[in-house]
Amino acid sequence: MKKRFSFTNLDCANCAAKMEAAIAKLDGVHSVSVSFFSQKMTLDADDERFDAILQEAAKICKKIEPDCVLHI
Amino acid sequence: MDSRQKKMLWRILAAGVLFLIALLIPAQGLPRLLLFLIPYGVIGWDVLWRAVRNLTRGQIFDEHFLMSLATVGALAIGEYPEAVFVLLFYQVGELFQSCAVGRSRRSIAALMDIRPDVARVERNGALEEVDPEEVSSGDILVIKPGERVPLDGVILEGSSALDTAALTGESLPRSVSPGADVISGCINLTGLLRVQVTKPFEESTVARILELVENASGRKARAEAFITKFARYYTPAVVVAAVLLALIPPLFFQGGWGDWLGRACSFLVISCPCALVISVPLAFFGGIGGASRAGILIKGGNYLEALANTETVVFDKTGTLTRGVFNVTAIHPEQEREADLLELAALAESWSDHPIAHSIREAYGAELDTSRVTGVEERSGRGVQVQVDGRTVCVGNDTLMEEIGIAWHPCHQVGTTVHVAVDGVYMGHLVISDQVKEDAADAIQALRACGVRKTVMLTGDAQAVGEDVARRLGLDEVHAQLLPADKVDRVEDLLRQTSPRGALAFVGDGINDAPVLSRADIGIAMGALGSDAAIEAADVVLMDDKPSKIALAIRIARKTRSIVRQNIVFALGVKFLVLGLGAFGLANMWEAVFADVGVSVIAILNSMRALHSPSEPS
Repeated sequence: MKKRFSFTNLDCANCAAKMEAAIAKLDGVHSVSVSFFSQKMTLDADDERFDAILQEAAKICKKIEPDCVLHI
Repeated sequence: MDSRQKKMLWRILAAGVLFLIALLIPAQGLPRLLLFLIPYGVIGWDVLWRAVRNLTRGQIFDEHFLMSLATVGALAIGEYPEAVFVLLFYQVGELFQSCAVGRSRRSIAALMDIRPDVARVERNGALEEVDPEEVSSGDILVIKPGERVPLDGVILEGSSALDTAALTGESLPRSVSPGADVISGCINLTGLLRVQVTKPFEESTVARILELVENASGRKARAEAFITKFARYYTPAVVVAAVLLALIPPLFFQGGWGDWLGRACSFLVISCPCALVISVPLAFFGGIGGASRAGILIKGGNYLEALANTETVVFDKTGTLTRGVFNVTAIHPEQEREADLLELAALAESWSDHPIAHSIREAYGAELDTSRVTGVEERSGRGVQVQVDGRTVCVGNDTLMEEIGIAWHPCHQVGTTVHVAVDGVYMGHLVISDQVKEDAADAIQALRACGVRKTVMLTGDAQAVGEDVARRLGLDEVHAQLLPADKVDRVEDLLRQTSPRGALAFVGDGINDAPVLSRADIGIAMGALGSDAAIEAADVVLMDDKPSKIALAIRIARKTRSIVRQNIVFALGVKFLVLGLGAFGLANMWEAVFADVGVSVIAILNSMRALHSPSEPS
């Protein structure tokens, strides 16, 4: 399943790149793109575990950039 | 500026004033430190706070942490003004960056402002305003002048002019009347329209274009991937170098710990790869955005990058270089006037549905008095025989003329020849052919001007027709009488002939070309307006069917590429230069903060140029 989510306050391009690298390493993620410019994340992951993976991804984003909120 | 940015501006101004005061008061020792700590705290508390917070989360290569470490180090060795200035300049740079990025974001959002807000639907005799996503196909919409067409559909009533500029970059409005298709995203300019919806919102043109553009940032160019990878190693490497610089040399060389610590702190200031991490993707983002404003949709940074290397452009003929619509291109009467021959032919063809009949009637233009026509006999595959004003008129191809035993002669002009005979006497012929697009010759010339080495045309048509078009347009090569499978083979041959770094672009109308579009390095499709297949199969979509847009796309790609190269060379050049000078004590923190924030700002400004399409080459 492929879905798109938006961020608020994703202020740093380097952080976006770090998030992308970290989320891509999660088990079950087929592909992920975190765009600093469009403030969006496109996540393609296993259907049955999508929600769990999404929670995990949100946690990673929080860890790298605490002020930034991923709208799930 | 939003409220966060305004707040930051005030903090910067306040800290700047406090910093000046601290510089002017001739204090010494502890009071001097305290004086500088006031602006330091005002400008830097959030950086310090984030540093601590991120450190507890194990982010040691965090930008804020490194900045804090560098400035605390500077304070420790007594370089108070430097410490404050670095943070001040850092915040100015960050503010500037966020404004610049916000501006680019907004201008791209404005380009893509084609999403309709409401649709006005006829339900149970009344009009209801609903979200376009809730409309289903078959529903009837009413669109007032000045409103955006919310969904794709066909006009039932009303005629108007449509502004398609947001989709195609074409400034001339398109006039529409009942029966015509309307495309979502256009603006209805003059008349009230009643439209029957043909596609639900998610399949409508607007939704597809928005999705395509949003997905474009997911496909990264090689340069972007390189920068991301580079950034991953750059920061740790510079930090390690800084640590070594602070620890090793004092053991072997002259000079105190303070001196080397100062040099290490300058290293930390330069350790953020921000200039590149922001400016390179911004350039691609801007290039894709600028192209879409001109009606060129590019599906990703990787394709923009490939376009810059275009060496060979292969065209499909029908619908790409030619209009794909048949027109009367010549009228050759034996004795009569041209207008009389055309009228005769038009009358004879007045009952036929054949495309050729249609084009003859269109060429005649005026209303036909069909009561003059009787006894219509269609001769399938050959033509038609009718009575006009009591005379027997035969209109058709060579075979028809042979059959009715009339001496005809072939035409020197390329195309489909339609002969006309009246009461057994040859009257002359019309030539019907597909017309070359107005800008096709210019398109080929523009491609050559921007350095494309070879232009090739592939066509399923006859050799003579293909060669004629190729000669008129000045193409380098033409391959005619090809079946769809042959086109793939030809493109593969041509791919082998391109140089390893050059790219081959195939341009087609997207309908029967899917295999070739995907085989080429860059598949360019014509006519996204209405053609789903084109958007699916192609890497680049030209919204207004104009081949001249290809050269523009290449120029945008080249401009973007050169901006990216300038930024990489400039940013890395300055950073390594200052790192080198800093290691030998020739550059201090003032230069270091320029190498970080200053370079970043300059690179971003440079990248913002990508948003504007390059002007015509002179």
